[in-house]
Amino acid sequence: MGHDPARREFLRLVGTAVPASMALCACGRTQGGTEHASSSAFLAPEEMEFVSAAVARLIPSDALGPGADQAGVPTFIDLQLAGPYGRAERWYMQGPWPRGVDTQGYQLRYTPAQIYRQAIAGIDAHCRKQYQQPFAKLKAEQQDAVLHALEDGKVDLGELPAKTFFQLFWQNTQEGYLADPAYGGNRDFAGWKLIGFPGPRYNYVREIRQYGQPYQQPFVSLIGRAPTAAPGHPRSAT
Amino acid sequence: MARRMPPVNVVLVGFGWTASIIAQELTDAGAQVLALERGAWRDTVPDFATDHIQDELRYAVRKQIFEAPERETLTFRNNAGQTALPMRHLGSFLPAAGVGGAGVHWNGQCWRFLPQDFVVRSHTEQRYGKSFIPQDMNLQDWGVTYEELEPHYDSFEYLCGISGLAGNVKGQLIEGGNPFEGPRQRGYPLPPLERSASTVLFDKAARAVGFKPFPCPAANASRPYRNPLGVQMGQCTYCGYCEWFGCGNYSKASPQTTILPVLLKKDNFRFRTHCNVTRVNTDSTGRRATGVTYVDVDGNQIEQPADMVVLCAFAQHNVHLLLLSKIGQPYDPAANSGVVGRNYAYQITSAVDVFQKERLNPFMGAGALGQAIDEFNGDNFDHGPHGFIGGGYVALWNTGGRPILQHYLPEHAPKWGAGWKQAMHEHYLTACSIATHGSVMSYRSSYLDLDPTWRDAYGNPLLRLTFDFQPNEHRMSDFLTGQAAKIGRAIPGASVHVRKRQGPYSIVPYQTTHNTGGAAMGSDPRTSFVNRYLQSWGVPNLWVMGSAVFPQNPGYNPTGTIGALTYWSAQAMKRYLKNPGALVPT
Repeated sequence: MGHDPARREFLRLVGTAVPASMALCACGRTQGGTEHASSSAFLAPEEMEFVSAAVARLIPSDALGPGADQAGVPTFIDLQLAGPYGRAERWYMQGPWPRGVDTQGYQLRYTPAQIYRQAIAGIDAHCRKQYQQPFAKLKAEQQDAVLHALEDGKVDLGELPAKTFFQLFWQNTQEGYLADPAYGGNRDFAGWKLIGFPGPRYNYVREIRQYGQPYQQPFVSLIGRAPTAAPGHPRSAT
Repeated sequence: MARRMPPVNVVLVGFGWTASIIAQELTDAGAQVLALERGAWRDTVPDFATDHIQDELRYAVRKQIFEAPERETLTFRNNAGQTALPMRHLGSFLPAAGVGGAGVHWNGQCWRFLPQDFVVRSHTEQRYGKSFIPQDMNLQDWGVTYEELEPHYDSFEYLCGISGLAGNVKGQLIEGGNPFEGPRQRGYPLPPLERSASTVLFDKAARAVGFKPFPCPAANASRPYRNPLGVQMGQCTYCGYCEWFGCGNYSKASPQTTILPVLLKKDNFRFRTHCNVTRVNTDSTGRRATGVTYVDVDGNQIEQPADMVVLCAFAQHNVHLLLLSKIGQPYDPAANSGVVGRNYAYQITSAVDVFQKERLNPFMGAGALGQAIDEFNGDNFDHGPHGFIGGGYVALWNTGGRPILQHYLPEHAPKWGAGWKQAMHEHYLTACSIATHGSVMSYRSSYLDLDPTWRDAYGNPLLRLTFDFQPNEHRMSDFLTGQAAKIGRAIPGASVHVRKRQGPYSIVPYQTTHNTGGAAMGSDPRTSFVNRYLQSWGVPNLWVMGSAVFPQNPGYNPTGTIGALTYWSAQAMKRYLKNPGALVPT
């Protein structure tokens, strides 16, 4: 073997996104509840209130099953923003920062975490001005109207385009709802149960030609078959 | 002052597919070979083990299996009138970093190009006349023919254990295979993969329309396989995590699963990871490479002397290195002269999403599990009435059903809220998508050079990409998309969402990592950087591998041809090692 002078394999682990349940954290979130402890990883309490209220409108709880808030998406987003993704660690962040055209992609100097901080403050200010209440305290129809306005770029968030925030937020919400429960969202496989994805199963050799048949095996996560992957207790519920 | 390492016979820049093949071949010929890889060591165990590799968020969404733009990216603009801006995070294409290169994270869609693809300029002139070729299109023959490459396609396919059904063995057409492919000396080493529910739907619909669908050639092993080097691969389990993931099952061909177990045992091969090559050094004549300079993990500048330098990095990284090293004449689009950075091309893709009632279980899949038609690739059809050059395949690939990125919703489904949730519930298990995969020709307006403003972590100018889709490509892609829609509409009970490729090229949405050109091969040193053996015209001990040498990009995934060209070049290198010098006189 000719590995020289050193493989430096340890570097492989630097800067990777470690699943929440393997890495952190005493999040203090109770299972299935909506209480938000002050020990969140990045979001301030009022920011967490916005995120919980808004994801509950983007993916609501209804007869089809739990929505994003019940499925732990706020915890997912909080942990993502606290980690390398929130800090844009893999992004090229050297200036100068001229504005380009859409085909040239993202050209703001904000990290994802900074986008959330700036946007939530701006949205709550907008809501107080228009409805005398922060977003989390608005009625569902009012919240939907604000979300539509963000989606259409009609809320002034300073130099941050509202559309940029909405797209990022909606993307992160879907991620939290549909990513492996190891990351703190998709609690009790809520997202996967909704669509019928069984999880990262390893072998379909027997089933692939059973055309039209439902797949019968139980849902699995990267951290096992636990009904709930409680952050801080990776394999406790197996 | 750079530290100087002991010299080697051959230094390889990068340690992916092409470097692994070159290293295997040249060490067999007795050379001392060293590979320098900017990324990390990676292997099936522990890096791709199935207890953690099937993680869509980490690898496919957060893109942790690819290069990080943080240290090194490129700038992009659609045309020379714009200011190019940095690609700040990955999008349109996803280059690798780490041992195995993109061979770790590819799907395994392993095609041969058509015989006409290699002689596209002379073929087009002969069939349609010179005036059929747009003035600003730098359409070029490759300088090598399909017949010359055939044995080397065969070598790569048997190395990888390709699963498929031949359509043309020595001129004899075989029912169920691709009737348009060039003749091959023998069938694929393995039978096709099992068909999934959605590929069965496509197959029936394509036949109903009158096309001849066939199983796509797959570097996912349909059976256990031992390759000619004696390396054992395992049967694919259809777990649906190929592209953007490493394979935990030794089923997807990669350097790790086909070559490295043999190569790493050799005393005359060595490699170093976390070594970023920043220059190819030349002597005072500029006609001879003396080795390379790289930056190691601690930031030290190190000089590695070598008798021969082979660029085996990703396409645009090879071109970047040539530009930084001031080797070869940089391309000047105004004069259409110079060769380094010339003839950048890409791929034009589109999709037809299909919504129907039958349960498809999309999560049971494999990266190259697909059915395709080739009626509209290359010059397999009369282009006369259409007025464009090029083509592509139409396929239904069932690569997996990963929930964040691989779900399809009808065009008018609500974008969020209860309606979105309902649509996800209704369509995830039953929707599928037909893809078109089209050629992109090379133009004067598409090229690579150095950016005047932004720099990488080593203080070097970033590469600048100037590229847009041209009217020829849009017309071709729209035509191809129309054929895909015919197939989609022939699926019983289907409604379709036709997603044409519209407007200018954008670096934002993922399309393909099939970036080509910038150091084209050919038979004329005025329009190509390397000769037909991939040897530099101007610096005969410098060679360039990979898709940077494609003069333009045909309508197939590139890896099969990259593998064939690498074997072809390796045979030429063996002749060169015995008798160094230019293999083609200038």
